[in-house]
Amino acid sequence: MELDSLYQEVILDHYKHPLNKGLSDNYGAQVHHVNPSCGDEITLNVTAVDGKITAITWDGVGCSISQASVSIASDLLVDKSFAEADAILNEFTELMQSKGTKEGNPDVLEDAVALAGVSKFPARIKCALLGWMAFKDAAVRINTTTGGE
Amino acid sequence: MSFNVAKVRQDFPIFERTIRDGKKLVYLDSGATSQKPLSVIETESNFYKFHNAAVHRGAHQLAEEATDAYEGARLKVANFLGAKEEEIVFTKNATESLNLVAYAMGNATPGSRFAVTSKDQIVVTEMEHHANLIPWQQLAARTGAELKWFEVTPEGRLDLSAINSVITENTKVVALTHQSNVLGSINPLAAITARAHEVGAVVVLDACQSVPHMPIDVKELNVDFLAFSGHKALGPTGVGVLWSSVFEELPPFLFGGSMIETVTMTSATWAPAPRKFEAGVPNMAQAVGLGAALDYLTEIGMQSIFDHEVELTEYLIEGLLQIPELSIVGPLNTDARGGSVSFTVGQIHPHDLGQYLDSQGVAVRTGHHCAWPLTRKLGVPATTRASLYLYNDESDCDALFAAISGAQKYFA
Repeated sequence: MELDSLYQEVILDHYKHPLNKGLSDNYGAQVHHVNPSCGDEITLNVTAVDGKITAITWDGVGCSISQASVSIASDLLVDKSFAEADAILNEFTELMQSKGTKEGNPDVLEDAVALAGVSKFPARIKCALLGWMAFKDAAVRINTTTGGE
Repeated sequence: MSFNVAKVRQDFPIFERTIRDGKKLVYLDSGATSQKPLSVIETESNFYKFHNAAVHRGAHQLAEEATDAYEGARLKVANFLGAKEEEIVFTKNATESLNLVAYAMGNATPGSRFAVTSKDQIVVTEMEHHANLIPWQQLAARTGAELKWFEVTPEGRLDLSAINSVITENTKVVALTHQSNVLGSINPLAAITARAHEVGAVVVLDACQSVPHMPIDVKELNVDFLAFSGHKALGPTGVGVLWSSVFEELPPFLFGGSMIETVTMTSATWAPAPRKFEAGVPNMAQAVGLGAALDYLTEIGMQSIFDHEVELTEYLIEGLLQIPELSIVGPLNTDARGGSVSFTVGQIHPHDLGQYLDSQGVAVRTGHHCAWPLTRKLGVPATTRASLYLYNDESDCDALFAAISGAQKYFA
């Protein structure tokens, strides 16, 4: 059924056993993002050293898509430079806006390709993007305060 | 007298279509918007086909017909509410109706009955839809008035135990919902209106969830303003109603054409209500469509519709309570309760539940239902809501029960 393309096993696994959930005591930037139409909320900490992301931790409440997506992002974007993370984020955003026409490149997106099915459900795209947009916001804050370092 | 639901459904073209690969449409989201009978769709369409012209202007036959149709709709609304024509103002929706009152109060002459200052208080409740909360928050912010509210009990009822300290001599306005769009609770108005009027405050009632579902006589409600949306009462989108018996004393909110008496380069005076509150060319076809919707409801009978919904709500609540791990947020019986039933199901997030229900053809609302402070108070980030109307029957409830059980297996 169509629903199975949305709720891939990988997504339900991340939802039940989320990675990097629990906020770190120290961070370079902390952001709080909400999804006003459904009440999903997330707080996300990003830490960076010498322009490289060293830790992403988060806490929040939300549906399986939003929670799995932030779990995946928090794993995928760590140990990347901000430029690399930005490229991955752009590829993920494109995938979400593809209306089901793209599968996503697993070499770049890894587990995040499992979210490809979300693009066929317009109401859920913002769920999948919640954690990624929070990361983007945190990255901007870190780079504004440190000039990229 | 009851009515034949199967026959009613035949009047609504949308029930002829199917959902998600041929599944029957189980529409349980009338609290968000109702479906439309063919008579409403055709009345709106016929206005454009045969009578379209700007109302209250123009010296031609079409303008006459359009004005007759529009004013005829006003009379229908008045009759539906037990009110007078001049007490009915058409707006674009209930949100605009409520904002109209809040903004017009902000425009009131200092010292007048409606004027709000930093010494005054504005009273709302914790169960308000954002549309009847934020306009008052903003009026309080603009004037420096204090915003106070009635709390909600864990059972989902208004806590009136502190009524005399919530509504005080300094209260200018009490704004509350007639029936909660989340909990389904129907609020006891008598004690609140009596206390409000005792201290000289006006009462503004958000009747979006009550007017479409039960017989309403505004004279019996003893409120000063009542707002509802056409689209939740089988009518088109783009038309709402504001009723009041004290329009003459209230200054206008929107200024422009139609609402004036005389205009010079430096000043203007206002037409009497309701025209004073209807600046610009109104949503004519939509108002006329709403008239057809109220005709349809009246033909079936509002008491019959209410009785049907209470009976069905009882069936819905009983069935839901049979489902393991399901908790209803709101009253568990049908005393002073309408057909909006919100619930949570174990650890399944409402958004995921709603998605699964949709895959089975069942349309519900999920989230905080534009009443975020309420869901926060009740300690749930979000709920799933099934809301009933005259075209629903037990088979719709059964489909919901089966789909919830399916979701529990799917997300186990």
